[in-house]
Amino acid sequence: MSADATNADVPAQLPDAAGHYGPFGGRFVPEALVAALDELASAHRAAMADESFLAEFAGLSRDYAGTPSLLYEARRFSERAGARVLLKREDLNHTGAHKVRNVLGQALLTRRMGKRRVIAETGAGQHGVAAATAAALFDLECVVYMGQVDTERQALNVARMRMLGATVVPVTTGSRTLKDAMNEAMRDWVANVDETHYLIGTAAGPHPFPALVRDFVRGIGDEARTQCLDQIGALPDAVTACVGGGSNALGIFHAFTGDPQVRLYGFEAGGDGVGTGRHAASITGGSTGVLHGTRTFVLQDADGQTQESHSISAGLDYPGVGPEHAWLHDTGRATYQPVTDDEAMSAFELLCRTEGIIPAIESAHALAGTLAVAPKLAAELGRQPTILVNLSGRGDKDVHTAGEYFGILDKERP
Amino acid sequence: MSERTSRIGGAFDKARVDGRALLVGCMPAGFPTVEGSIAAMKAMVDAGVDVIEVEIPYSDPVMDGPVIQRASDIALAGGVRTRDTLRIVEAVAATGAPVVTMTYWNPIERYGVDAFARDLAAAGGTGLITPDLIPEEAGDWLAASDAHGLDRTFLVAPSSTDERLAMTAGHCRGFVYATAIMGVTGARSQTSQAAPVLVSRVREITDLPVGVGLGVGTGEQAATVAGYADAVIVGSALIRCLLDTPDDAEALTALRDLSTELAEGVRHGLPRGAGGRPG
Repeated sequence: MSADATNADVPAQLPDAAGHYGPFGGRFVPEALVAALDELASAHRAAMADESFLAEFAGLSRDYAGTPSLLYEARRFSERAGARVLLKREDLNHTGAHKVRNVLGQALLTRRMGKRRVIAETGAGQHGVAAATAAALFDLECVVYMGQVDTERQALNVARMRMLGATVVPVTTGSRTLKDAMNEAMRDWVANVDETHYLIGTAAGPHPFPALVRDFVRGIGDEARTQCLDQIGALPDAVTACVGGGSNALGIFHAFTGDPQVRLYGFEAGGDGVGTGRHAASITGGSTGVLHGTRTFVLQDADGQTQESHSISAGLDYPGVGPEHAWLHDTGRATYQPVTDDEAMSAFELLCRTEGIIPAIESAHALAGTLAVAPKLAAELGRQPTILVNLSGRGDKDVHTAGEYFGILDKERP
Repeated sequence: MSERTSRIGGAFDKARVDGRALLVGCMPAGFPTVEGSIAAMKAMVDAGVDVIEVEIPYSDPVMDGPVIQRASDIALAGGVRTRDTLRIVEAVAATGAPVVTMTYWNPIERYGVDAFARDLAAAGGTGLITPDLIPEEAGDWLAASDAHGLDRTFLVAPSSTDERLAMTAGHCRGFVYATAIMGVTGARSQTSQAAPVLVSRVREITDLPVGVGLGVGTGEQAATVAGYADAVIVGSALIRCLLDTPDDAEALTALRDLSTELAEGVRHGLPRGAGGRPG
């Protein structure tokens, strides 16, 4: 192994003690939550230094979640992309996405803090299902807040959460979507903070959430970096991922931030196009603000009121982004670009047809972005680039949406 | 802590001489309309509310329960802007009642922290209550409030450690806002057991007046809280008068009646001194 192989052990330099990533991050929360955030930060710090905690997390990740996930060279997709494309197969994890890593880590922390109840927010229901899964495994009470609009759109995931023993609460305030579900989870937490852990679904929210979620999902990149060196004997030229709140992207980026030759690309949900105003691209189409306890890029109007986001992908349909991404953008270490619904669905179809893999629509944004940057990278490097793509989830949950998009569902009988 | 004089301090001094607590009534700016909210706030002043708390409506109010959320949504759907809030503050301050503004942080950052402080001071506002801004993140606001002579009220909670109580109160000017319960705004059937404990903890570390909010909705509850706090802060119960009654005139009557009841409550609290502020 080359000296590079140890790079993944470089400790995180950010955030600072108060949870800041440069001008981003921090804590913009009611005072009532500060004690709980301090408790969580201290539990997180202690757990990360505790060999037995890390061993239990690693054991569960391996035996229960099925990690390390495979690194697969997608040869037929590569031909179409004009790049050597390596897929990090997070879609093969238990529950179908990278999110299982985060919920297992947080469930272990919940137990460590002696709490018996977890709450979670969910948009399409993927994080809700993952949270309900971990709660079942750890025998925790679980309440999931979900916008009423989403409970209607995602009835099957509501049923899944209930099968797993969770209580699903439809949220009827505001726009009745993910951001409002997050507000309601925060309100529950303020009222029940003594016995409850807020099992947040992405690397956003007040400190220490962005840092602890990153720590639980960074295995994606740590594994992929080692796998690249083992399987192709080199680091990739670029790493790509979709970005909503940004946990899967941080998870795969983190191991490579110390490798300056590896370009990092995050692809945001461009919806109908950033120019139309109907999108969820907080970095490329938003501005600096405070949302859900952290300073980051936010879709907001001239008065700082949060604007509704739009994306065909429910998992990317969020008007903010994790603060570490805001910082990676600000420092230029990572590049963020929008991918429209149509571009994502075209890449979705291409992966289905070339590789026999149905990706999550979220992950299809990473594939579409990869197709877009591959020729530029090839021109820049003067050779075929190698691109590592985080295939963060599988598309089973998206069959209905995609079926409608492509017009391939049989008409309902009268 | 700044030695600068508090804009709202005089009202607390006067109430102290009268041996009673202040009644603070909260209403979202622009609810149900800009003019309607001015009329409602003036009616509250006429009926004996001492201080008006104008809440800037925000799309994601995580400290607020369903009543204030609904009222804020109505105000935002009506197109209220941050600058309308300043006009409302000016109109209500003209009655002579102190007007304090309560706001989530993002609208202020978006307006510009110093610009907002300047314009709020010019409109006659006394200062800001900031439910999602803790002193550690408040550098710009500490500077702007000093520069423009505004009060700043941070929140303390039953879960705050003694160290945090001292640090937070040390950054307040005007009064400290004690959240009576671990939870969001909204009237409750019983007043909090945690509130008197929290207030006495705050009194051990500061001489600033202490206001208690969250959960007060009746004259009797106001009287109970007035027994140990310097200000009784009421929001949801007053707002519900306007939410529940479609007829404007009837709604204002209901609002006046409840304001009167609460104003009587703060005047008939337990004798000051027993667990309350000395003097």
